[in-house]
Amino acid sequence: MDRKNNSPLEKKSSSLRPTTKKNLITYAMVIFFFVLFQTLSATGNLKHAHKALLVPVCTSIIMAISLNLVVGVLGELSLGHAGFMCIGAFCGSFFSVLMKDVITTTWIRLTLAFIVAAVAAAVAGILIGIPVLRLKGDYLAIVTLAFGEIIKTVVNTLYIGKDANGFHIAMSTANLGLEPDGKIILNGPQGISGTPKNSTFVIGFILVMITLFIVTNLMDSRTGRAIMSIRDNRIAAESVGIDITKYKLLVFTISAAIAGCAGVLYSHNLSSLTATTNNFGYNMSIMILVYVVLGGLGNIRGSIIAATVLYALPELLRGLKDYRMLIYAIILIVMMIVNNGSYFVQLRERLSIKLKSGKNKKEVA
Amino acid sequence: MKLRKILAVVLALAMVFAFAACTKSDNGGKEDASGEANSNTAALSFANEGTIKIGSIGPLTGDAAQYGNAVKLGAELAVKEINAAGGINGYEVEFRMEDDVNDAEKSVTAYGTLKDWGMQMLMGTVTSTPCKAVSTEAEADNMFLLTPSGSSVDCIQPDVAFRVCFSDPNQGIVAANYIVDNALATKVAVIFNSSDTYSTGIKDTFVAEAATKGLEVVAQEAFTNDNATDFSAQITNIKASGAELVFMPIYYTPASLIMKQAKDAGFAPTYLGSDGIDGILGMDNIDTSLVEGLMYLTPFLESSTDEVTARFVTGFKSTYPDQTQYLNQFAADAYDAIYAIKAAAEKGNVTADMEISAVGDAMKAAMVEISVDGVTGSGITWSAEGEPTKTPRVAKIVNGKTEAA
Repeated sequence: MDRKNNSPLEKKSSSLRPTTKKNLITYAMVIFFFVLFQTLSATGNLKHAHKALLVPVCTSIIMAISLNLVVGVLGELSLGHAGFMCIGAFCGSFFSVLMKDVITTTWIRLTLAFIVAAVAAAVAGILIGIPVLRLKGDYLAIVTLAFGEIIKTVVNTLYIGKDANGFHIAMSTANLGLEPDGKIILNGPQGISGTPKNSTFVIGFILVMITLFIVTNLMDSRTGRAIMSIRDNRIAAESVGIDITKYKLLVFTISAAIAGCAGVLYSHNLSSLTATTNNFGYNMSIMILVYVVLGGLGNIRGSIIAATVLYALPELLRGLKDYRMLIYAIILIVMMIVNNGSYFVQLRERLSIKLKSGKNKKEVA
Repeated sequence: MKLRKILAVVLALAMVFAFAACTKSDNGGKEDASGEANSNTAALSFANEGTIKIGSIGPLTGDAAQYGNAVKLGAELAVKEINAAGGINGYEVEFRMEDDVNDAEKSVTAYGTLKDWGMQMLMGTVTSTPCKAVSTEAEADNMFLLTPSGSSVDCIQPDVAFRVCFSDPNQGIVAANYIVDNALATKVAVIFNSSDTYSTGIKDTFVAEAATKGLEVVAQEAFTNDNATDFSAQITNIKASGAELVFMPIYYTPASLIMKQAKDAGFAPTYLGSDGIDGILGMDNIDTSLVEGLMYLTPFLESSTDEVTARFVTGFKSTYPDQTQYLNQFAADAYDAIYAIKAAAEKGNVTADMEISAVGDAMKAAMVEISVDGVTGSGITWSAEGEPTKTPRVAKIVNGKTEAA
């Protein structure tokens, strides 16, 4: 709970500003659900199926928040977000598998894995951002989509092994040239196996809170306002001297680093890690975009709710057997209509005006 | 405007229910049959109260759905037969399969769902990557795991995990030995899918084994899922390398394209495939002259005349007359898996009220002592590592039909 007091915004005024209040509600919501599920789990009231959902839901939330930074706040469409998650997952797992016997304290190893992954994903974000961010709109979307696929393909063709002579990197096991005592860590399309299962709900929660803290504070800062001005009117922003490329790169890098951390959370929750279309390909990128769009562009709290509901829904619908994915699709369509259809938006606005008597009107992006 | 939207929603919902109704009536026969089976089992008497619950996980939807569905049907057939014969140790057997869309993360949540249901042992998972993830969970719970078709090495790393199918390395070794033993060729080429675990796994051990057996691998050509339609570059290279035999550790769709394009290029080597080739004759519009003489490893041959296979094939055809496309090695592996579980459970005196971990200990000890005459091999035994010992079968396509080679 001390995290709330860290917000620099609160020191500025004694009465809470609307944005601060909004953020506090989001923090409170996350903390409430964490405490609720942690208690349920500790007292043994949570089903195994629901327990298994806790960490993946945290991963989806972090991915949704970080993509919202690019799509909602910066206003650029990125379709390769899962690529950064992929880099983070593989770098983090690689590090953990390598250091499993060297660093035996779990939390130190995991923290280092998070740092390694965040740095690797951030570097990838910068490298890709430099050429790519000169593009905008649809072109950017296409290039990021391609980029996500490239990362997946590269990971699937790389073989990395380690023996007494150090690391060996090749495009096939035959060319690896390992000594007999050597061990293949990244085994091409077979991925990395044997990642220690260190992700827990507590770690997932801490990571969600850190992500929230970074993103909400960034949005409320001077930098955040500059970023949003690029989204709202690029030419006007440029004319008042805002360095567009710099801010775009900044957002892209931060978003990539956070996605990299989500990747570590993902890979340390499973003992086998492979890059497929469903987990790191365009399917996943689109899925994250769906979370963001459903939750509302630029709406962080919305992203959290949408990611949780949409991730958990297919699992909760298991009782429907064969109709599961059909019903899921219908629910998704209905939610999209209800959430963003003009009629429902008006209805919701009227309700919120009635409830709050005109105070703090909901913003529609 | 709003009326139209509400109308759209209502119509969409109406469509869903119409669809649901359609599939319901389609499934009507099946559901009635299972209902009947249930009433039959209610009529059947079991020596003991309670049920032994066997869970399974596999892709029932998505790209790999055909494997999961075949496993489901094969296992359900075995369960039905076992219940009709008095169950396991006098307990009724309950079987439930959950979908994982061939995704490791989904597989782990499906495992949780099955645990909530009361699963005592797991016959799964069907595909390799999810199996690795689930076997770690099973190890933590000491849950007995028997995968029908998870062929990757890591699938059965825990003590408590076993498998029915051959492992990938094993297939590569068997293929290399088969070529050498039958003097099929001295120069071989391999064409494999580098984006596929199964394919690369077999290729690696095949190449390694070939080297020790004096078999010369003159070309190793790769393709990926994304460019699995045009093989002209690979075929040109293989042709130039002078290979007499092409080993294809791949699935049947690319294999049929490779053989077609090689023929068009005037290249006609001997072909040997892994068990992924199984099903090539079931493809729509397959030109049987093209695949004439093709050999492949397979654990299951429908035309086998032994008693167990005959019982399985007739049982499958009469129980699922509309779904004979699933009568393949996956269904056979699952069928054998359930019978192996039965044999081990009887040996280990597993009861309906035993805890997961106790079942795991009993089954683990019993698995290495049993011998099962199954569809995929007779006298199958298991090592403590979980690998089965059985002779592989090689099938050959002669006159458009598969025969034992």
